[in-house]
Amino acid sequence: MRFSALRILKEGLTGNKGWQAHWRDAEPKPAYDVIIIGGGGHGLATAHYLAKRHGITNVAVLEKGYLGGGNIGRNTTIVRANYGLPGNSEFYSHSLKLWEGLEQDLNYNVMMSQRGVLNLCHSDGQRDAFARRGNAMRNQGDDAELLDREGVRKLVPFLDFDNARFPVYGGLYHARGGTARHDAVAWGFARSASDRGVDLIQNCAVTGIDIEGGRVRGVQTSRGAIKAKKVAIVVAGRSSQVAAMAGLRLPIESHVLQAFVTEGLKPCLDHVVTFGMGHFYISQSDKGGLVFGGDLDFYPSYAARGNLPMAEHVMEAGMAMVPMIGQARVLRSWGGIMDMSPDGSPVIDRAPVDGLYLNCGWCYGGFKAVPGSGDALAHLIATDNPHPAATRLRLDRFATGAGLMDEEATGSQHNLH
Amino acid sequence: MRIPCPLCGMRDLREFSVRGAALPEPEGAAWSAAWDDYLHNRDNPAGESREFWYHGQGCGAWLVVTRDTVTHEIADVVLAGAEAGA
Amino acid sequence: MRIDGKGRIDRTRRVSFSFDGHRHTGFSGDTLASALLADGVRVMGRSFKYHRPRGAMTAGSEEPNALVTLGLGAAQVPNCRATTTELHEGLVARSQNRWPSLGFDVLAVNDLMAPFFGAGFYYKTFMWPRAFWEKVYEPAIRRAAGLGALSGQPAEDRYERAYAHCDLLVIGGGPAGLMAALAAAEAGADVILAEEDVALGGRLLAETEEVDGQDGGDWAAEMAARLGAMPNVRIMTRTAVTGAYDGGTFGALERTAPDIEGRPHAPAGCFWRIAARRAVLAAGALERPVAFPNNDRPGVMMAGAVRAYLNRWGVAAGRSVLVFGNNDSAHRTVADLQEAGVHVAALVDARAHATCGHDVAFYPGAQVTGTAGRRGVEAVCIATARGEERIAADTVAVSGGWNPTVHLACHTGARPVWDDRLAAFLPPEGAVPGMRVAGAAAGHFSTRACLKSGLAEGRHAAKDLGLKAPATDLPPASDGSFDILPLWQVEGRGRAWLDFQNDVTVKDVELAARENFRSVEHMKRYTTQGMAPDQGKNSNVGALAVLAEATGRSIPATGTTTFRPPFVPVPIAAMGAGGKGKTFAPERFTTSHAGTIRRGAPMIEAGLWYRPSYFPRKGETHWRQSCDREVMMVREAVGVCDVSTLGKIDVQGPDAAQFLDFLYTNAMSKLAPGRVRYGLMLREDGHVMDDGTCARLAEDHFLVTTTTAAAGAVMRHADFAGQVLRPGWDARAVSVTEQWAQFAVAGPRARDVLADVLDDQGALDDLPFMGCGPVAVGGVAARLFRISFSGETGYEIAVPARFGASLFEALVTRAESLGGGAYGMEALNVLRIEKGFITHAEIHGRVTAFDVGMQGMMSRKKDFIGKPAASREGLMDEGREQLVGLKPVGAVKELLPGSHLFNEAAEPVAANDQGYITSACYSPTLGHVIGLGFLARGRARIGERVRAVDHLRGSATICEVCAPGWVDPEGGRMRG
Repeated sequence: MRFSALRILKEGLTGNKGWQAHWRDAEPKPAYDVIIIGGGGHGLATAHYLAKRHGITNVAVLEKGYLGGGNIGRNTTIVRANYGLPGNSEFYSHSLKLWEGLEQDLNYNVMMSQRGVLNLCHSDGQRDAFARRGNAMRNQGDDAELLDREGVRKLVPFLDFDNARFPVYGGLYHARGGTARHDAVAWGFARSASDRGVDLIQNCAVTGIDIEGGRVRGVQTSRGAIKAKKVAIVVAGRSSQVAAMAGLRLPIESHVLQAFVTEGLKPCLDHVVTFGMGHFYISQSDKGGLVFGGDLDFYPSYAARGNLPMAEHVMEAGMAMVPMIGQARVLRSWGGIMDMSPDGSPVIDRAPVDGLYLNCGWCYGGFKAVPGSGDALAHLIATDNPHPAATRLRLDRFATGAGLMDEEATGSQHNLH
Repeated sequence: MRIPCPLCGMRDLREFSVRGAALPEPEGAAWSAAWDDYLHNRDNPAGESREFWYHGQGCGAWLVVTRDTVTHEIADVVLAGAEAGA
Repeated sequence: MRIDGKGRIDRTRRVSFSFDGHRHTGFSGDTLASALLADGVRVMGRSFKYHRPRGAMTAGSEEPNALVTLGLGAAQVPNCRATTTELHEGLVARSQNRWPSLGFDVLAVNDLMAPFFGAGFYYKTFMWPRAFWEKVYEPAIRRAAGLGALSGQPAEDRYERAYAHCDLLVIGGGPAGLMAALAAAEAGADVILAEEDVALGGRLLAETEEVDGQDGGDWAAEMAARLGAMPNVRIMTRTAVTGAYDGGTFGALERTAPDIEGRPHAPAGCFWRIAARRAVLAAGALERPVAFPNNDRPGVMMAGAVRAYLNRWGVAAGRSVLVFGNNDSAHRTVADLQEAGVHVAALVDARAHATCGHDVAFYPGAQVTGTAGRRGVEAVCIATARGEERIAADTVAVSGGWNPTVHLACHTGARPVWDDRLAAFLPPEGAVPGMRVAGAAAGHFSTRACLKSGLAEGRHAAKDLGLKAPATDLPPASDGSFDILPLWQVEGRGRAWLDFQNDVTVKDVELAARENFRSVEHMKRYTTQGMAPDQGKNSNVGALAVLAEATGRSIPATGTTTFRPPFVPVPIAAMGAGGKGKTFAPERFTTSHAGTIRRGAPMIEAGLWYRPSYFPRKGETHWRQSCDREVMMVREAVGVCDVSTLGKIDVQGPDAAQFLDFLYTNAMSKLAPGRVRYGLMLREDGHVMDDGTCARLAEDHFLVTTTTAAAGAVMRHADFAGQVLRPGWDARAVSVTEQWAQFAVAGPRARDVLADVLDDQGALDDLPFMGCGPVAVGGVAARLFRISFSGETGYEIAVPARFGASLFEALVTRAESLGGGAYGMEALNVLRIEKGFITHAEIHGRVTAFDVGMQGMMSRKKDFIGKPAASREGLMDEGREQLVGLKPVGAVKELLPGSHLFNEAAEPVAANDQGYITSACYSPTLGHVIGLGFLARGRARIGERVRAVDHLRGSATICEVCAPGWVDPEGGRMRG
């Protein structure tokens, strides 16, 4: 069924009786060409692009809970391509281009809103670093603008320009960045993949990965064994556990990242704004809630919830940067489990087992990567060659030291990002 | 989270910072698979974990904290130096 | 309508306030909602999506409908619950989410569009034409959405934050909480009793219950006095516990009482962090509605709220009330109303077996199937075994049962447990370590059972704390069984609301199920059920019961969504108290701060420190003039600069030398006492962490300096190295950054300045380049280092911090008399770029010793941190970007840090990227612009030309690649 305004009109006039399931709930078949472990954004996007670009539809997505129940269901919805280092730069650039046509591609309104992402800088040194990054974005063909203090004021006059502990020097503005309705992205990819013949199997936990003679043969699940020629692990947040089923030890630590939303408010903040000195970022959802967050809690965790010190620090940073939000009330806080890699950048690569593919280490970058990651992983699975935009997202970069992507420049070892 | 520092007693999370898995430093100054493992690869357990924590806003002691990464419950805290045999 | 003789309000104190510009009067003790109801105001808000008129449905913080904006101007606070807003003189309240008025709201047209605006409709449309989403559709949606508005001004309300510690935190001051607190307090425990309401008592304040032979409210007041008199009890009313966190930590929001006379500047509230060894959750239960058609009409209220308005505030919710329930607690509503003389139109009980002892039209086995009325309920339709009936009433008091307030017990991730008998979710046992649950929160619904369970849990907590609880009598109170027939929805014509705030109806949930949003999480996210300001407190259980039915599953199999903090919404200003303005982060000032300000220097932030940018002199109108002068002053005379912000770490012990060998890439053990060496530290990942000098003050005593930015990180790193990596070594490191003030004195006349301030000139004459030694300044023991970051003859002199201010004055005054003076960060930066010295602009975290040309400093003879990782092939690759100097050679003479480097003829795109500029400045010494940067294979390309391109600022400069370091590359001047 195609979605459109006309369809809504027709259904509305006939009692809304014609609406059908957005995706099929499939029973597992004995064997597939490709099994994707993980029905989150990345897994579902991979299924969509495998079917759409490569015609591979004998595919199952195995999800232990409900589709889109991982980090695509609990992020702060920001989409951007404002990276500075080779590897991330071309990858996120590619992903943003896919975002820009996603509604039409999926026939699903994921509410991609290119409202602009503004990163504030608070010293000459930060401005120089932003200039370097902005130039890298422009080299990549993406948009970037270096704003001075007055330029920032024009865009977001309600920041604390007069009494801030860390005065606003300027900012890096990325007009094509923005937000999207995170859940809808998962559902849109699920619907498209399902319509193209992919089996989406919920409540199906993978309990083992079958490997024979150095080659993957299938998986064991809570709903029985399933054979597969190729298996992809796309389970950010649980990557270590699933990879361990294949005998792998990944360069991943799991950490909790908190986020917050306020009660609904009339429109007051039209961009995504980040405040580097306070590790704070904020936007306003279309429903009116201010959505914001900050840094990791910094201890390894699988609990999907955080503690007060970081929550309070985030609020302090909000008060420091946008004091007008003080009267807004935090309605809900939550945590997502981040796959933290040593250098803060992801991995899309073949595993050292034939037929096994890894998609992990998304750190904070997972949501905006969804279409790009799905496209790149689908390409890798289909052709056994990396997608041109993802050639540097290698697993062996830590062992060799070549092509590290330490975007934050805090180090390429754990717990520094 | 509250952590019982062996030197200072029960203290709030905000006095501490964490480094991650408490792993022994490999032998040898040449790059090796052991060093790669030490620096990068992790068991990353969902459950009991031994971690290095630093009481930076307190006594400055490095600690080995045995902690559950799912419940955040802390089972044991010792001085890292004592653990290392100093 | 106010009822004489009822209520716990102070009728001697009238309070006037306004709502939507109309003046009203209430009494002290009223809430905004009770006062409005008393004045006959029923419509207090509009719903989120359909803009339906809505009245207060509850009498607590869970209120979904009566959300208003309080205050004016910068003090405006949106989304306040009228039901918990304490009335005070001059209160200004306005309705929200309506235009032009609450009575006539244009967007109420949305209600007519409801067939097209079902759950998730927006995912299916607004996609064509593509450009319209951001330009047309989204702005319209955003304007229609949202509830109240922020003022747009910085928040005026001042909040505080505080810590509290206790043996036992009792959450909730109803009968269970009071008994728990008493039992534990009598055992000697330090108890905090936190109650969200303005007074202790919980439901006792809203009912006509008796406890211990007296009015329940009076009993609670007596208990409050008794507990308040105990030194080990702290009663915190107006304090909602908002979250349960790890290790017995709780967040709590305390609201200050309004209009505290004589305290006009009192904070609006306080966010508490409470560390409790044990906790008793006695948060009570929330009554839940039933989803019958048009159940959102103003006048439909929770039965318990109707009693609360009557018994606590003396307000009749209406003139004629129809009571509808499926459990025993609905019946007492009839009794209370009749006793107060309010007409009860009917008692409709869904249970066929129910009996009724009241003189009222009683309909057992019947259901309410709809309401009618223009601005509120005027008539109610019911379905009985005999058929449909229409009953005139202006109020419907509904009780669909009670949901124990399990939230805090579930904040650490546990799920509540379904109880068939109570048709409710109960808290999971032991989910929050140290927390026990008492009273209605644990499913005990009679007053006696609440008192009893509170007493038991209080005693239990005391025992867990190792205390012996003396016998505490259980006060007599009414007991009774609880009988309920689960009833979630009633079929009928019209929409039946689940989530009132977000306008989610039974049909929406059923549609979601049909569209395969069958997981409770999918349903929630697709319909927005439970995502409104009440976070589903009123509706989640009902909605998942509807979902369970629609999907053919049981309620427990359907499951709940996740309970997340905060239990009640918390202002950002409260949790982020202290974040606004300068107090966001500590301000660190050097000892020369006052003297620097006096000299007119603009200060800039350097991490948490403040440092002078430059020292302007008369006639200088641009920073460059001052900077150029200061640079030449250092090159030709002498300059003084406060360098105290650099980290200083004192390292002592027999193994100190070997320890520093391990920290630095180069050997410090070979350093003779009285000598200083430049050193490089790597992280374990083989990249440069920091650089600085290391002075050997004595055989077993070193002083390490770090950069300003990395001081904390290096200290932590050194502690790790000493305590964990090399614990057997006898060496200790301690930060002495704050203890010493240190000043650089640089330039050809540096010696003349120092000669004047040192007690003994001999020390100066004997000190070789890179030497250090003890000196005295005015009898004060000081340290002198002969090091240079400017390339000139340079010293750094350190004195205990308390003498810093006077030494700075002495040095600057003397320097000024010699044609020199103080210099700031701008000049410091130019001086070091001219010398090719690096800072964190270059060692920014991603570079190796190899990249900055210091691979020779990585000793082959010893171990040091980072050595194995630095030897990775990828980190020693000749193709890496290497540090170079750059100078413009074409027509364009500017160099902008952040520009990228390209081969002269190459197109400036990512594929051709060769590097970037890290630092650049105009060099007054050389008379042209110079820069530092990283260039692929840079060291092999000295003399080549590259193009620096800055797309952002529209600049392209042809540069020559040079060795970094232009002024006195041989270093004769600093050695001389």
